[in-house]
Amino acid sequence: MKKILKNEAVQSLLTSLICIVVGMFVGYLVLLMIEPSGAAEAIVAVAKNFLGYSRTNMQLKHLGTTLVKTAPLIMCSLSILFSYKVGLFNIGVAGQYVIGSCACMYAALGFGWGWLPCMLFAAVAGGVFGMITGALKAYFNVNEVISGIMLNWIGLYFTNMVLSNVKEAASAYTYTLKAKGKAAILPTMGLDEFFNGNKYVSIAIPLSIIFAILVWVVLNKTKFGYELKATGYNKHAAKYCGMAEKRNVIVSLAISGALAGLAGSFLYQTDIEQWQVTISSVPAMGFNGIAAAFLGGLNPIGAIFSSFFIQHITEGGTHVDLTIYCSQISELISALIIYLCGFVGFLKMAMNTSLAKSEEKKALKAEKEEKGGDK
Amino acid sequence: MVLLIQYTILFACILTLVALGGCFSEHSGVINLGLEGIMVMGAMGGALMMRYLPVGTSAFVVVIATLLAALLLGMLYSALLGIAAIHFKADQTLVGTAMNILGTAAATVIVKSINTINNPDDHSSIVQYIEEKKAFIMNIGGFEFNWMMLVAVIVLIGAYVVLYKTKFGLRLMACGEHPQAADSVGINVYKMRWAGVLISGILGGLGGIMYITAGVSEWKFEYGVAGFGFLSLAVMIFGKWKPQNIALAAVLFGFFRALSNVYFGFDFLVKLNIPSGVYNMLPYVVSLIVLAFTSKHSSAPKAEGIPYDKGAR
Repeated sequence: MKKILKNEAVQSLLTSLICIVVGMFVGYLVLLMIEPSGAAEAIVAVAKNFLGYSRTNMQLKHLGTTLVKTAPLIMCSLSILFSYKVGLFNIGVAGQYVIGSCACMYAALGFGWGWLPCMLFAAVAGGVFGMITGALKAYFNVNEVISGIMLNWIGLYFTNMVLSNVKEAASAYTYTLKAKGKAAILPTMGLDEFFNGNKYVSIAIPLSIIFAILVWVVLNKTKFGYELKATGYNKHAAKYCGMAEKRNVIVSLAISGALAGLAGSFLYQTDIEQWQVTISSVPAMGFNGIAAAFLGGLNPIGAIFSSFFIQHITEGGTHVDLTIYCSQISELISALIIYLCGFVGFLKMAMNTSLAKSEEKKALKAEKEEKGGDK
Repeated sequence: MVLLIQYTILFACILTLVALGGCFSEHSGVINLGLEGIMVMGAMGGALMMRYLPVGTSAFVVVIATLLAALLLGMLYSALLGIAAIHFKADQTLVGTAMNILGTAAATVIVKSINTINNPDDHSSIVQYIEEKKAFIMNIGGFEFNWMMLVAVIVLIGAYVVLYKTKFGLRLMACGEHPQAADSVGINVYKMRWAGVLISGILGGLGGIMYITAGVSEWKFEYGVAGFGFLSLAVMIFGKWKPQNIALAAVLFGFFRALSNVYFGFDFLVKLNIPSGVYNMLPYVVSLIVLAFTSKHSSAPKAEGIPYDKGAR
């Protein structure tokens, strides 16, 4: 038992579960405060999401929808954790996601490109945004958090401006790809059949999982990843060892940005949503990526599961009784979970010290018994 | 023109208040990225107070009660950062980010629930305060003087005096530069950091209520405060963590922000036919450029962002 508890991965899983349980519980308390009678039902609806449907085919269809939105979230959380391993907090992920969405949608609706060029264009756009942050950090010593936030807003207003050219005349939304950019819709490869004809289920889902594995391999099994991590641990030591620390900062933020840009492509190229050009706040997707990355213990494979969970409760929020509660309750819960993730380091330390203490006691006891035996 | 000056001063005052908040927190050694969320909470406290004050309350009482509600809620909310960052050694960037999301989400949930309870068909997150807002404003020849401007000026002078002329301020700054040294001469680092964080909560809350009463008479809480907390952080960095410089930086940023509100009042700007998105982007673009030129030799408090550990060497 104690051996298992000492395992790093088990500790991560355990602390994440604690964060989830406490976060959900506080969410439940908030629901209780609003209206006690339906609170239990509402929190169950949040937790159940698609499982709330009784028929299997409906469940599959809504599981499909959750998965469609999980794919971009995985990409965003990969983006966060990739840069975090290099010691950079890439809060600009939200803006990189936005600019990626802008790029792929304009390429699809304005230029009529196919799905692959659109996707690559999104990655490049996000990468360029990440690179700006990286260059500012490397050459001008601008804190990446501040420049990232500024770029989030610049990206948002820029996107609104550009996509206004390809929006419906009567509404604030862009054209659907189905109507004006059919070539850009991601291929489904028969996946839609499996999810009861949910036509938004596309190759984005398997692709995001492949990317998660790729990020894991790059970070843990390559010289490049080792260099990046070394730069993250100690910039000066890395420089002293002959690593190009400035280049590493820029490259890692560019990769991080490209991952976030792909997230935009993975959502909007399924045609499940259209961009609203009057939107005045940065979409939550990027910030939820932060939640998913930390909840997943900053591990690419963990990010897959945590992303699914975050998206699961976000979708679940739309199933609460909207005449009493509001769907933002799930945003509140995921924000609480991110906040609690801040305590993970402390929890792990507490676990380790208590384990060490109990071991010490045992050793002492054994020693005493041995001595007793000598008499 | 008067309008441009009015908005510039208004936005400069908000930025000054919030940036000074960040300044106190960072001087004590805690990075406060959660200012955005704190502003939202303060704004909500103030807005709800305005809504629930009985009709016919004297203007003076309205102003005082609203400000008190805003700063109290801002302070309470900032305690979340204090607990995590000071006692549990949490990653301050992460906690700040969480607080920003939480602030907007919580304010939306609270306001929506209150609206729905009062009227089952009302699912909006809007609070109105048309009448009460008038208490804040005094018209001087076309220029709308807002009492909050006076508050901002008092806070600015106060911040300067407290930071540089009092024992408390100097001790606070010592905790952000070298907490171990401060501890060795008997300063309680934890207490000082709490003071810094709570002061930043108070000022953030005040900035929040000022922001949502600037120009409009109702607020939709789903919007949060549109990045103003972050803009304030840029002001703080540009102002090199010094109150007098922060005020100057705030005027510069306030000007560009005001421009996006009133550019259509200037014929030559309208003739240029620049899309409104460009004006919206301007404050952020300017802040990026300015930061690029001023960050080379950072004058940030040396120990900011590093949890204080009594046992560390």
